[in-house]
Amino acid sequence: MENKLIILLVIILGAVAIAQLVRVYELSSKLRKTGEHEISTRDNHLNAKMMLGFMILFFGSVVYLFLKYGWTGRGEAASIGGVETDWLLELNLIIVTIVFFFTNFLLFYFTYKYVKKPGVPAFYYPHNNKLEMLWTVVPAVVLAVIIILGLKTWNNLTGMSGKDAIHVELFSKQFDWTARYAGKDNVLGKFDYKLTTDNNELALLTTNTIDSSLRIMMEGPSGIRNIQKLLNNRDTVLSDSTISVLKVDLSRKERLFRLLSQMKQNHDPKIDASAWDDIIVKDTLFLSKDQEYEFVFRAKDVLHSAFFVHFRAQINTVPGMTTRTKFTPTITTEEMRKKKNDPKFNYVLMCNKICGGAHYKMKMIVVVKEKSDYKKWMNGMMKQTFKDKYFPVAEAAAAPMGSVVDTLAVAKPM
Amino acid sequence: MASIAHDEHGHAHGHHDVHHHEENFVSKYIFSQDHKMIGKQFLMTAVFMGLVAMMLSILFRIQLAWPGESSDFLSFFLGEKWAPDGVLKEDMYLGLVTIHGTIMVFFLLTGGLSGTFSNLLIPLQLGARDMASGFLNMLSYWFFFISSLLMLVSLFVESGPAMAGWTIYPPLSALPQAVSGSGTGMTLWLFSMSIFIASSLIGSLNYIVTVINLRTKGMSMTRMPLTIWAFFVTAILGVLSFPVLLSAALLLIMDRLAGTSFYLSDIIVGGEMLANHGGSPILYQHLFWFLGHPEVYIVLLPALGLSSEVIATNSRKPIFGYKAMIGSILAIGFLSFIVWGHHMFVTGMNPFLGSVFVFTTLLIAIPSAVKVFNYLTTLWKGSLILTPAMLFAIGLVSTFITGGVTGIILADSALDIAIHDTYFVVAHFHIVMGMSAVFGMFAGVYHWFPKMFGRMMNMRLGLVHFWITIVGAYGVFFPMHFVGIAGAPRRYYDYSVYGEFDVNSYDMIMDLNVIITVFAILAALGQVLFLFNFFYSIFRGQVAPQNPWNANSLEWTTPVEHIHGNWPGELPVVHRWPYDYSKPGSDVDFIPQTVPLAEGEEEH
Repeated sequence: MENKLIILLVIILGAVAIAQLVRVYELSSKLRKTGEHEISTRDNHLNAKMMLGFMILFFGSVVYLFLKYGWTGRGEAASIGGVETDWLLELNLIIVTIVFFFTNFLLFYFTYKYVKKPGVPAFYYPHNNKLEMLWTVVPAVVLAVIIILGLKTWNNLTGMSGKDAIHVELFSKQFDWTARYAGKDNVLGKFDYKLTTDNNELALLTTNTIDSSLRIMMEGPSGIRNIQKLLNNRDTVLSDSTISVLKVDLSRKERLFRLLSQMKQNHDPKIDASAWDDIIVKDTLFLSKDQEYEFVFRAKDVLHSAFFVHFRAQINTVPGMTTRTKFTPTITTEEMRKKKNDPKFNYVLMCNKICGGAHYKMKMIVVVKEKSDYKKWMNGMMKQTFKDKYFPVAEAAAAPMGSVVDTLAVAKPM
Repeated sequence: MASIAHDEHGHAHGHHDVHHHEENFVSKYIFSQDHKMIGKQFLMTAVFMGLVAMMLSILFRIQLAWPGESSDFLSFFLGEKWAPDGVLKEDMYLGLVTIHGTIMVFFLLTGGLSGTFSNLLIPLQLGARDMASGFLNMLSYWFFFISSLLMLVSLFVESGPAMAGWTIYPPLSALPQAVSGSGTGMTLWLFSMSIFIASSLIGSLNYIVTVINLRTKGMSMTRMPLTIWAFFVTAILGVLSFPVLLSAALLLIMDRLAGTSFYLSDIIVGGEMLANHGGSPILYQHLFWFLGHPEVYIVLLPALGLSSEVIATNSRKPIFGYKAMIGSILAIGFLSFIVWGHHMFVTGMNPFLGSVFVFTTLLIAIPSAVKVFNYLTTLWKGSLILTPAMLFAIGLVSTFITGGVTGIILADSALDIAIHDTYFVVAHFHIVMGMSAVFGMFAGVYHWFPKMFGRMMNMRLGLVHFWITIVGAYGVFFPMHFVGIAGAPRRYYDYSVYGEFDVNSYDMIMDLNVIITVFAILAALGQVLFLFNFFYSIFRGQVAPQNPWNANSLEWTTPVEHIHGNWPGELPVVHRWPYDYSKPGSDVDFIPQTVPLAEGEEEH
């Protein structure tokens, strides 16, 4: 508490101190009888020198920052596309740094050099078309080079991935990432958000998951049946607000149930296989060196952004649609640890679009392995597919009854 | 009425009587329809809002520099709810960032810059008695006032202010389940901004009509000062782009309150499966940035206009390439409407569309370069008088360059992938938009203070203020480039998460964050000098001479004492452009616009 008082006191005393300073200045300037608009030659020259001084200080600090931190604060690019990006970034940085130093130098130097000197008039020079042409055309030419090189790289980075690329989906939600490898067939199973249950967090689309969702929607703890029971129960007295919340919830669930039923009718069981062999991995994304990956992204709740800073790849994840990117890692985690001289270093997938309070914690460690190690790991994972883990008796169509995801706190039967 | 009665005395006296009639306190200071008073009202409100936004930034900078450490300063301002034991809450961090951005961009730099100086200078520099509609002008201010009030109120609601970033991307901004600030706080934000947009539209229409219709005799479009050109194009940009933001906001309001699905599709949030289907969050981004990018120039152009005037006057030279300057203002204005996609390179939009936006965006660098070189040539061989206004104008050119060149990197979609939404972006737009516009605003305040209040600001304090501000502000924003290029995402509450996977980056980011915060506190303290100087001088400053800077434009031909209608007699007649400084053949180094061409003298 006293600290707060001290803060308040400092603020007040600060204001008083300035008031006194100004008072002194005001009195002294009254003695001098100069107007505030008449700047003395001395002041003028002092400021001109300070401009030059500032420039030296400013440029010095910029050079110091460059030397100390370089521009590779995040280290060497660890993907094929990243190397190309870095080359282009370096080129652009060199161009703009030259322009930065050159024009800022002219600015501060002119200010210093051409400060008013008594008796020296300004040079009347309203326009010169040749000069205007010069600084229209030169930037245009430089920009043309930048645009052409930039678009070339842009096309490479955003182009389609090759046939051998491994397909991986990254699923984002507040505040973590989940990876889904396409499995043996290298085809990602289809999904629909309405199929989300505890047992099927990624909402994969199979005959069984539809059935299971339908059942939970109708008969789950906060399913349609239970809500109806609650509303029709004459023994319990519900407040008006609870009733209206329950009714809204009920109509929403009935609508979702209808949509799920339609989905069931239109479902082609042949596509189930592509989902069953998918492999869901949490916490860590394992990748193989020198292997191209095609990444597809989904968001469950709000916008997120998949930012692979070391691979120079980034794409937003958007609820209601999928996005994609690709890259080929070129340096394993072990190799990078040696290069960075940091035994604990790890690649990381960060969230780079504001997504709520714990946004800053939303990340997934990425580990790049040698091809052989990756294969070993993958072979092990092949035994832990979506089907193995969550619907081991799928063909029997008797999936375990998970609890429902879609609950309204108030709607829970007591 | 009075003027009709006086008509028999001849037209020359027709306007005399206007200032005989006594105005009471309310009509003079509160519901004033006089453009000079409205300009001052805008300035006062904006300065207050700017102060609030600056305080917010200091609060979150403390968290960034010393994450998790208890701060009495934080608990003093935020209390136990938002800073328990002096440690900022995650949610409130986002709230502070959001409201800081919103206030700075809209309330300080749009309302404060364009609102203040368009109102003050358009009639004065054109030779008009007032704005085309004094009543609408008053309305524009009061809408601005109400929206400011709503935005401030939103800081105090229980669930916190809006927390989705100043761009309020849905679904985060549409779902109270996703973040607490998307409840009442966001509703207030949306209503505040809708009213702000109304204010801006009314104001802009008024400016446009005034510039087109109310120029005095001889004031052709190509004799207007560059300030007016800048305000004019700014107003056009505002009229064309703000309604799009209003539509974006309205659709969001409907999604929030009426259950529509413009921006929502296939969402499960807080364990609740929403039935919304078919909307697109990307639609919002297109709508938002269709305003958002012109908004950058709505902020920047007035600052460039003001600095053109200040630099020419204090270099005692005509602005170099007057017509090229107009051309570049028009080109920037036009191009600003076809570049919005460069904010969305990584949203997953079609890569070909991205290429088009790369092309148009980089085109803007050309008129910007023209402007910079024209400023440099104006300084060249000038006779510079380094008033505080002049220093700030020169500072603006420096920040415009420094922040502008990094724009070239961000506009290049291939590079944007690697640095999108990192601190590099934060550095870029704070320097090119924030610093430049604030410097332009300070230049304007120091230069036209005598016109606004009839008194002079303290010059020495102004100089000290400039030096603290430029050192402090560059100290804040330049190191951010390096934080960003190290890959640090913006809007992170705590960068010590880097310790978990990359020690080198961790050390660098944490070091630089401390440096940045120290400079931020320094720069903020520097503003106390300005505030003091400003308010002190309003009441006790030296009485200003009529034309303190020996400038040419029309506002300096009005009397120091404000009168309704600006000129006591007939409106001035214009005979030349406003930049006849140090013209050969003249005895003095300035020839006001009202002086007829001498025998055999050529117009520039």
